[in-house]
Amino acid sequence: MKILVCISHVPDTTSKISFTEGDTKYDKTGVQYIIGPYDDYAIARAMELKESSGATVTVINVGLAETEPTIRKALAIGADDAIRVNTEPSDSLFVAQQIAAVAKENQYDLILMGRESIDFNGGQVHAMVGELLNIPSLSPVMKLDIEGNTAKMTKEIEGGKEYVEADMPFVAGCQEPIAEWRIPNMRGIMTARSKPLNVIEAVADGVATEVKKYELPPAKSGVKIVDSVDELVSLLKNEAKVL
Amino acid sequence: MSVLVYIESSEGKIKKSSREAVSYGSAIGDVVAVCLSEVDDAELASVGKNGAGKVLASSSAIETSEAAASALAQAVSSTGANTVIMAKSSGSSAIAARLSIKIDASMAANVVSIPDTSVGYNVRTGIFTGSAFANVELKKANKVLSVNKNTVEVKEDGADAAVEKYSPEISEADLKVKILSVDKATGKVLLPEADIVVSGGRGLKGPENWGMVEDLAEALGAATGCSKPVSDMDWRPHSEHVGQTGIKVSPSVYIAIGISGAIQHLAGVNSSKYIVVINTDEDAPFFKAADYGIVGDAFEVVPKLTEAIKALQ
Repeated sequence: MKILVCISHVPDTTSKISFTEGDTKYDKTGVQYIIGPYDDYAIARAMELKESSGATVTVINVGLAETEPTIRKALAIGADDAIRVNTEPSDSLFVAQQIAAVAKENQYDLILMGRESIDFNGGQVHAMVGELLNIPSLSPVMKLDIEGNTAKMTKEIEGGKEYVEADMPFVAGCQEPIAEWRIPNMRGIMTARSKPLNVIEAVADGVATEVKKYELPPAKSGVKIVDSVDELVSLLKNEAKVL
Repeated sequence: MSVLVYIESSEGKIKKSSREAVSYGSAIGDVVAVCLSEVDDAELASVGKNGAGKVLASSSAIETSEAAASALAQAVSSTGANTVIMAKSSGSSAIAARLSIKIDASMAANVVSIPDTSVGYNVRTGIFTGSAFANVELKKANKVLSVNKNTVEVKEDGADAAVEKYSPEISEADLKVKILSVDKATGKVLLPEADIVVSGGRGLKGPENWGMVEDLAEALGAATGCSKPVSDMDWRPHSEHVGQTGIKVSPSVYIAIGISGAIQHLAGVNSSKYIVVINTDEDAPFFKAADYGIVGDAFEVVPKLTEAIKALQ
């Protein structure tokens, strides 16, 4: 079985969010980058499948050279090799086109990624890759078990769960508790340095969207601390007008 | 110009978020709503009040996102619409993404504004889990917008819409995913849909103390949520975990009880209109993000609040 795991390179969840160059760029100053937390679940499940059924695991990231430490971390966790598509990931469609182009060439049985990236939160790439390859896509997947060529999955839906079945190949957007996160060990970090990380150029396509400007929400005017429940109820009723 | 709005239902009723999407669409053009699940004609016609002129209802229920995207693409071509709107939900996101490729559209997710068409076609979208916004230009002629809750008010002043049946053609390729079963709480307010959310954290000390959270939620007609540690410890199911890696909510009121307000939790709630924090620790970071706060013991404050709200009704 060949598994492709798509990872995003995103600011750590505790990063301060600010913008620069006239609010047209995210300010990366002092920001620590990590593998997308949801993508970590995809890597972890791929590792389990590698251990239980001898799957090979390739990781892919669409990004400039700055993302290589993040990719190496995925190799340190245990992926066999990696592909970096050397381009700025401009929007979900563009990223999906890059992944689909690689997938067409290499014919993976399973394409895993996080349910969404934690910077743009689009949650579209898995479905777009599925559509471009004309294969099913499922997300968010909380459980994934493979038997033969068929996978049984549990998907989270509003207020509950949906149990589904699909034959490979397909795309899954992962979330907890699909597998326990893996932390690279020393041996993994050493061997990651010599694992193949192939850099390829992007496939060009038309531009679908463009970010014109970023904004931060207006600061909260400050909390009103009240002493009694009655005062709170009165504010909710008369000021917020929500009761 | 006609605008297609994909509407979803839950237990036979059109979701409130879908009614919002219809009202959103009516601010852009003439709305044709499309329903792919089993809903009776009177309920379908009622989206006319929210701004739809017509409803296309699939003659059979369509369940997979692959098939739904095909069915919507056919509705786009039969109506000549160039914009498709849908409320963001766990089911609609994949449909929107697939549809955008089928109809060669620019797609925006987490939309929080009506399009600004003064120069180009721009929408505001939530990023970093609602901690910031991106103003995005959609460059292609066709557009698909996945709209966040509470972006517009639901209109209620229209007349009933005409309901027309249609039979989308679904290919084998769209039916590769088999839905084996669904396990869903019935009669409960769904967390992502809720207008009021009552959430509890570690300050509540144990799962046995959730009764008062549920009582308050019931009095308010609210959904219940929780912080990540609480779902990690299995005090509450994962489907109630609110935060950056859980459910993102944007209710009118978010009431946080015994939650300190870690940055990852705040990321999931900061699109709420009003935030109320109840915590014994006056230095809890959550107070900085709140509109109203009570420094006090949840075990005393919450039952009193429930009584006060019941007294109002």
